[in-house]
Amino acid sequence: MTPDDRKFTKTHEWVKIDGALAMVGISDHAQDSLGDITFVELPSVGKKTAKGKACCVIESVKAASDIYAPLSGEIAAVNREVQSQPETINKDPYEKGWIFKIKDFSIAEFDDLMDSQSYEAFVRSEA
Amino acid sequence: MSFIANTREQQNEMLRICGLSSIEELFNDIPKNLRPRSFSLPSGKSELEVLQILENYAAQNYSHLINFLGGGFYDHFIPSAVDAIASRSEFYTAYTPYQPELSQGTLQAMYEFQSDICRLTSMEVANASLYDGGTALYEACQMAIHATERPKVIVDGGVNPIYRKMLYSYTANLSIDFCEIPVSHGQSNREKVFASLDEKTAAVVLQNPNFFGVIDNHADIVEKCHSMGILIIQSVYPVAMALLKPPGEIGVDIATGEGQSLGIPLSFGGPYIGFMAATKKLVRKMPGRIVGRTIDKKEREGFVLTLQAREQHIRREKATSNICTNEALCALRVHAYLSLLGTQGLRDVANLCVNKALYAKARFKKVPGVKVMESSPTFNEFTLRLPMDAAEVAGKMIEHGFAPGFPLGRYYPGMENYLLVAVTEKRTRYEIGAFAETLEHVLRTTSSRAGLAEKGTA
Amino acid sequence: MTIIFKKSINGRRGVVLPELDVPLANDIPQEYRRVAGLDLCELSELDVVRHFTDLSRKNFGVDTNFYPLGSCTMKYNPKVCEKIAQFEGFSALHPLLPQLRRGGMLTQGALAVIYELERLLCEITGMDAFTLQPMAGAHGELTGMMLIAAYHKNKGNKKNEVLIPDEAHGTNPSSAAIAGYTVRPVPTNTDTGMIDVAMLESMIGPQTAAIMMTNPNTLGIFNSRIEKISLLAHSFDALLYYDGANLNAILGKFRPGDAHFDVMHVNLHKTFATPHGGGGPGAGPVGVKKHLEEFLPISRVVKRSDSTYSLNYNYPKSIGYIAPFYGNFSVCLRAYAYILMLGAKGLTEVSENAVLNANYVMHSLKNHFHVPYVRTCMHECVISAKNQMLQGVSALDIAKFLIDMGFHPPTVYFPLIVKEALMIEPTETESKETLDLFIAAMKTIAEKTGKNPGEFHDAPITTPVGRLDEVKAARDMDCAFL
Repeated sequence: MTPDDRKFTKTHEWVKIDGALAMVGISDHAQDSLGDITFVELPSVGKKTAKGKACCVIESVKAASDIYAPLSGEIAAVNREVQSQPETINKDPYEKGWIFKIKDFSIAEFDDLMDSQSYEAFVRSEA
Repeated sequence: MSFIANTREQQNEMLRICGLSSIEELFNDIPKNLRPRSFSLPSGKSELEVLQILENYAAQNYSHLINFLGGGFYDHFIPSAVDAIASRSEFYTAYTPYQPELSQGTLQAMYEFQSDICRLTSMEVANASLYDGGTALYEACQMAIHATERPKVIVDGGVNPIYRKMLYSYTANLSIDFCEIPVSHGQSNREKVFASLDEKTAAVVLQNPNFFGVIDNHADIVEKCHSMGILIIQSVYPVAMALLKPPGEIGVDIATGEGQSLGIPLSFGGPYIGFMAATKKLVRKMPGRIVGRTIDKKEREGFVLTLQAREQHIRREKATSNICTNEALCALRVHAYLSLLGTQGLRDVANLCVNKALYAKARFKKVPGVKVMESSPTFNEFTLRLPMDAAEVAGKMIEHGFAPGFPLGRYYPGMENYLLVAVTEKRTRYEIGAFAETLEHVLRTTSSRAGLAEKGTA
Repeated sequence: MTIIFKKSINGRRGVVLPELDVPLANDIPQEYRRVAGLDLCELSELDVVRHFTDLSRKNFGVDTNFYPLGSCTMKYNPKVCEKIAQFEGFSALHPLLPQLRRGGMLTQGALAVIYELERLLCEITGMDAFTLQPMAGAHGELTGMMLIAAYHKNKGNKKNEVLIPDEAHGTNPSSAAIAGYTVRPVPTNTDTGMIDVAMLESMIGPQTAAIMMTNPNTLGIFNSRIEKISLLAHSFDALLYYDGANLNAILGKFRPGDAHFDVMHVNLHKTFATPHGGGGPGAGPVGVKKHLEEFLPISRVVKRSDSTYSLNYNYPKSIGYIAPFYGNFSVCLRAYAYILMLGAKGLTEVSENAVLNANYVMHSLKNHFHVPYVRTCMHECVISAKNQMLQGVSALDIAKFLIDMGFHPPTVYFPLIVKEALMIEPTETESKETLDLFIAAMKTIAEKTGKNPGEFHDAPITTPVGRLDEVKAARDMDCAFL
């Protein structure tokens, strides 16, 4: 079930507001397509992000996918757990498998993203 | 002779299944106006005739000269078992091991080769080969530039001039700054190298022993560079690593080199093999294939190509490098060579080289007019300063049956009288003595007017 | 199989060298010496030979099994070529020799081979000049991109992108990117299986440096609209690059040089029968039309008026050194011998039989597997396991099952635009009997999928190891035994 407490991008990232920060991860559909994740190259804290631009890489055995920043801003925190245990993203993409948090973002950019129902429809149409 | 088995009858049967009546119909998609304007090659020959043609060409090459020529590529002894192992067709007619279950031979051999390279260089991880020492050095520079996100690379003047030319060729259209620092008394010029380091510097490229055969301990340069976030790339002569300080012992970040000396014939320039080893931290930036150890469902140990997500067939334009085909069979030869010689055997090769080179220096020193450059210690290669043009002297020595060394003037303007001489375990006391005598004779009988350099083609 | 280092016995010796025949006088100061002792293995020669012989028996090679890997051209490697490569006159020749004064005269045989092979490749491909320096196909592609960049720089053109069809081999975009270009993939028209020319027309512009193509493409389809594409490219002064990986399909039937391609590479380890070696060495010579000749890497071999050969470095606009010397010489030597043996007629027969064999396989399997493009294919055919996938059997499962049946599987999951792709390239050196055995095996597989899909997931079971845990390999990263 796609959680409805967050928004989604066309490149399969999710964004959830966490206080003053925006928490980012990849959707269940994305982790399933990637297969067993073997490595996450986390962005550095303090790095500036630009909406739609690649900011980190997730590797599985058969693919290396760019994760695109859903919002412009600055990396405030990264989830070390997915670095030491990348399978966390496969097992729990929406909670424990969060990847990084952005600060100083625009709420308007957040509102522009797809809600869970639109995202589900989008995934169905891509198949 | 085209190695095709099917008879006309079989071809017709196959055409029938395809619903076609002639072979020509298979090519209907190629319009008449796109057919070859010409396709005229000499008519096909039998195996016997081809052998005769190539034997004739082989006979025209002076492969029998007593070899004191080095310059990064050495005449070392290759045990017969290396050829025997590399001629097994299960090895040489196999493809890249993308289907690991039926390539465990290649995969385990490559894993063991990677292990050899790590042990030789005292580094943490190695790849399964690159084309040669020069492209390996280029790939190392690219790794450093991406890892540090800085555009400048300092290159020591003792790095093989052929490799330096390759570096500049590959990067001509990229925005990378190279800064070359000439050596001082044969070794790296610390003062000038340190003065050139800044916050834009990604790496310093060093070589040990360097092109002049001079050895060095670069630990001080490593320390200085690391304090500024600059990486160290060191290109090394693998045979020398049996005795000399390997890159891992001084904290080098990326070690590269040419593996030709480890069981690969000189073969007029190739195929050779580039090796690369690095710290574990840099492994995801490494180009080329890497073999990893794992298990199957029944917990049996096996080997697979790993970290493939970095490579071109997956990452395409974002790959760490475009390399696909590497030098796998050469890596097999290197691993066979190192296994056959073993720890003591490689040490023996290195010791023989060093001692024979020392003996050669002592003999050549006594030749009137010859100065052996001895301001810094060397491994098995050293420079002679002659009283006249080294290229002219070398030409005369060839007439007496020696490949006497490499005249440095070709790559180092101002060094026209210098000759780079290499001595390997294959050179006997007798050959070294004969070289000294011949050199003395040539110098005595050649007038210096005849030593003027010729321009143009060799 | 036990790792060689675990078989080491302290003090055991393998190959022994002669005694020192000069005074012992090792003067290397301590500060330059290694601290930790060298630690390689210690084994006897028999130990080592047994180890490698055992390893070799765990491999499939062309000499042992049918190897229909699409896009790899796993044809038979003639043994006479191996013999020639070992002639001492070639194998013991130091590459610096011709760089000595009058040194060219010491290596006339080797220089002749280089020169003559370049001429033969020109005639085979319709190009005007060749370089043998690139040491692999991808290396050739990079060289080609560098030549294109030199051409544009020389003309003062400002070009920053390269267009590449999305079905192209991964080395195409990665080579272009390494050369400093931005890569833009051009979609393939899924109906025809060929590059979408309308899309190409909309994407090309004055910023386009080149279009990289291969013909036939990776779907095995020959694009006859190549003239239109070349006119389009040249109208923007964009150059046309030909990836010669599929040359085995068109020898004597088509020459890229005649079809307005400006630059190309060939893979000697594919079309010209040099061994794959378990992943290399190969060679990727690059051919160019006249207008790119001045940029070729140096040195170049020239033939003088007295018919002797020499090295010429006097090309001021050359892109410089791509290889340390003249390329993978002994690979080129094998290819030269192969071309001499085949001649024009033999090479033409190669393509005729390669294409016939691929079509025979395709037509024999079209009722059992989905064939995305039911039309005459060239030297390789692409079939899809998408119907089998509905029963839970993927292209990967089929590949693993084929191993148990004694065949090296075809290429799987390439090209990317076909789902569950299996790319089959039999090559011309395979006999009808071998193809029939393969076809029978594939038909058996199609039958079993319907009845017993579970059987596929455990395959292979006859090999020394089964399917390996690649995730564990990537996560643990055990890449050396130290």
